[in-house]
Amino acid sequence: MVKKPLTANDYPIAETQPDEVIGTRGKPLSSLTMESVINGDVSMEDLRITPQALEKQAEIATSIGRSALASNLKRASEMTRLPQSEVMAIYELLRPGRATSVRDLLDAANRVRNDYDAQLLGDFLDEAASFYNQRGLFRRRY
Amino acid sequence: MSRDYGANRWARANDWDNRALRLDKFAVEDPENGFSAFNGAADPKPGLKISGGKVGIMDGVAAVDFDLIDAFIATYHIDPKIAQEAMMIPSEQLARMLVDINVPRVELTRLARGLTPAKLTETVAQLNAMEIAFAYSKMRARRTPGNQAHVTNAKDDPLQLAADAAIAVALGFDEIETTMRVARNSWSNALACCVGSVVGRAGTLFQCASEEAEELEIGMAGFTSYAETVSVYGTESAFIDGDDTPWSKAWLAAAYASRGIKMRCTSGAAAELLMGFHEAKSLLYLEARCLCLQRGMGSQGTQNGGIDGAPLAASMPGGVRELMAENLIAVWLDLECASGNDARHSESDMRVAAKVLPYLIGGSDLICSGFGSILKYDNSFNPSSFNGEELEEFLVLQRDFEADGGLTTVEVDRALDLRRRAIDALSHVLKDLGLAEATENMKNSVAVASGSNDTESFAPRDVALISEKISSNHVTVLDVIKSLQRGGFCEEAENLLFLVKLRVSGDYLQTSAVVRNNKVISAVNDPNDDSGPGTGYRLTETRRQELADIRDVLNRDEVLRAEAAFEMRETNSIRYQTMGPADLGNDIDEIVVGVSPGFGSKIFRTLAGDQLSTVLSALKAGIERGGCRMRLVRFWHTADTSFLGLSAARLSGSGIGIGIQSKGTAIIHQKDRLPHNNLELFSNAPITRLYHYENMGFNATVYACGELPAPVVVPTRGEALGARFHARVALTYAIETAMTQDDAAPENLEITFLEEN
Repeated sequence: MVKKPLTANDYPIAETQPDEVIGTRGKPLSSLTMESVINGDVSMEDLRITPQALEKQAEIATSIGRSALASNLKRASEMTRLPQSEVMAIYELLRPGRATSVRDLLDAANRVRNDYDAQLLGDFLDEAASFYNQRGLFRRRY
Repeated sequence: MSRDYGANRWARANDWDNRALRLDKFAVEDPENGFSAFNGAADPKPGLKISGGKVGIMDGVAAVDFDLIDAFIATYHIDPKIAQEAMMIPSEQLARMLVDINVPRVELTRLARGLTPAKLTETVAQLNAMEIAFAYSKMRARRTPGNQAHVTNAKDDPLQLAADAAIAVALGFDEIETTMRVARNSWSNALACCVGSVVGRAGTLFQCASEEAEELEIGMAGFTSYAETVSVYGTESAFIDGDDTPWSKAWLAAAYASRGIKMRCTSGAAAELLMGFHEAKSLLYLEARCLCLQRGMGSQGTQNGGIDGAPLAASMPGGVRELMAENLIAVWLDLECASGNDARHSESDMRVAAKVLPYLIGGSDLICSGFGSILKYDNSFNPSSFNGEELEEFLVLQRDFEADGGLTTVEVDRALDLRRRAIDALSHVLKDLGLAEATENMKNSVAVASGSNDTESFAPRDVALISEKISSNHVTVLDVIKSLQRGGFCEEAENLLFLVKLRVSGDYLQTSAVVRNNKVISAVNDPNDDSGPGTGYRLTETRRQELADIRDVLNRDEVLRAEAAFEMRETNSIRYQTMGPADLGNDIDEIVVGVSPGFGSKIFRTLAGDQLSTVLSALKAGIERGGCRMRLVRFWHTADTSFLGLSAARLSGSGIGIGIQSKGTAIIHQKDRLPHNNLELFSNAPITRLYHYENMGFNATVYACGELPAPVVVPTRGEALGARFHARVALTYAIETAMTQDDAAPENLEITFLEEN
């Protein structure tokens, strides 16, 4: 059965479907109690947003005409799979003059596609490569 | 005093030179050099050509010539399915739709997805300031208005940050933002504000503005819940100079969302001009580009409205209207808008208040994108439009206009309790986590301090060490929650847990999300539905009462209580004896002084603060100096100065009378004159002192001789006496008018002074 996309009526999901808001280690919101924190059963991982939650928020945004916001949330959904060091390394690479050729960005695009199953992010980086090339952004700045 | 009348300059200009306004510098319009709010020399005409589902030409630039900003906007902002329809509508018609209550907001935000930066610019430029304000109020995304505070201090003192964060929360700010004097203190500032922000109430969002990578790390450790430092610019050169591109910023936008952190971009008029890359384009056109870019990136919102550039924008003709116009474009593009009113754009309090007014009365997602909740010198972002100093002015403006600026008065006693609680909670955490130990003296000095000049707390080096330890020990928000719980700060621990749990669902990643009463509200579940009177945001009666409830408000009982304190002193100073009905006198040397019904029986001092016995004594002395005799009469039929005076004159053997109200307003009258055509009126009771009353008595005797004295002058220094006294006057006067009786006969009063006055 294909689930119907969420709409504004399903918002906020923490209130309308608390049992389906589940952290990265499978804990639902309702299990994140003070007691479990004190007992050491909760880690920062349990407090991380999941790709599923971001997809849900993207569906809600789409339903009310916020497709650009939804696209960002979908990219974010993929990005949850990237480790912080990779997120920051690619951010650095996207800054002017850091990549020295189109290749650098295309490599990054392939990496996120292959290693993290991040199709949208890969496309996004491909596109950056093409515009950076057009604007001669591959010159050194320092 | 000698004066030089040979000057060749009108002295008024010197007066003007000395006003704070003249510290502001103003610039001439110079479109070639980027000094134009609405009409840049190189602003393009709107236009859009779509071919093969892609943008071929936008605002006069062909796709092959697009710079990075054009390219990003054409790819991510312009919706080809809507563009044709939207671009066909004449700008004038779009402008009218913006102010038409019959055109729903959602229809306009739909069309905006197909409009180019030049078209958006051309449209809003047609609205005058009033229309922009109205359209803004209609178009802003979330129905309930809110506000954001800066919480910083000059020492980066964590104890003070915690105390001030607690105050900001109590005042009702939805978001608080900190930053550091010294970059390496970021972790300490984040932890301190994080703890302070959960005292008293849960759900205040918090950010720590620092370097991008570090800000994200602090967010991932759970201390912060939002970010707004993702700046974008309207020219490619400025963007590159800022060491970013639209793609790098869009990557960051996704990065924040992927970590469950709310994010908005920042852009504001004149940033490009400050950076030297304006391309001879107007402030508004460049801002329209920034905003289309932000929508394209998928940012839920923007901090916008001439942020650091506000003072420069405001130096140009129409600059402040432009700031309003760019905010309007932001909300038209369906972005959350933290609407500037941040960096103080002027040294003139009047310019500052005038600028904020449209946002206060029309509402905004966050009226100030940084209201200085601390004193000006403690604001590490630079002074805001409103600061700790002016906080009560903002509260009073809310009350004046019955407009919800998001803030509520905090009683001073409660404020001190909250400060102590926040300081105790943070001190416990610092000690418990082995970060630092605060002494009782440090804690006490911070609790009562208005600003960091008054504290004896952590020294800058201590703070650097605290910050370094938090970072190197990898302290997370979970450690802080546990520590608070261990220390018995259970409510704070719960509040903090509530806050970090928000990121799991990501509900606050939607447009204009804040937390009210433990619930996320945003443009999704609290959309602005303004379609004219009776719709959109309205004050509830409870909220109206909250806005009304400022500090130190007078009521009738208050006035009577204050008077009662003076009653005893008067009882010891004078005795009044009623001597029966007052008739027409036949002594040509008598001056009748007519007093009001409550004089000396309900009210005991003038507005100037002089006891009424001393006033009578002064009048008597003046009358006797002129060789006449005072007869005191109390009138019951009126409490009005003119009628008291005329009635006194008509009883007076000399035909001259003085009327005086309890509050000290007095008049010299003559029996044959019309009621309001008196001889001398002393209407400024708050500045009328005993020597004036003495001279008044004397002048009455000169009139009695048929001569013309030099009128008594009560000089004013321009005090707003109405503001200072009218509330008390109205309450006092009502007490007197309530005592009047129609046709009641006047009575002679005999007075005995009981001690030297």
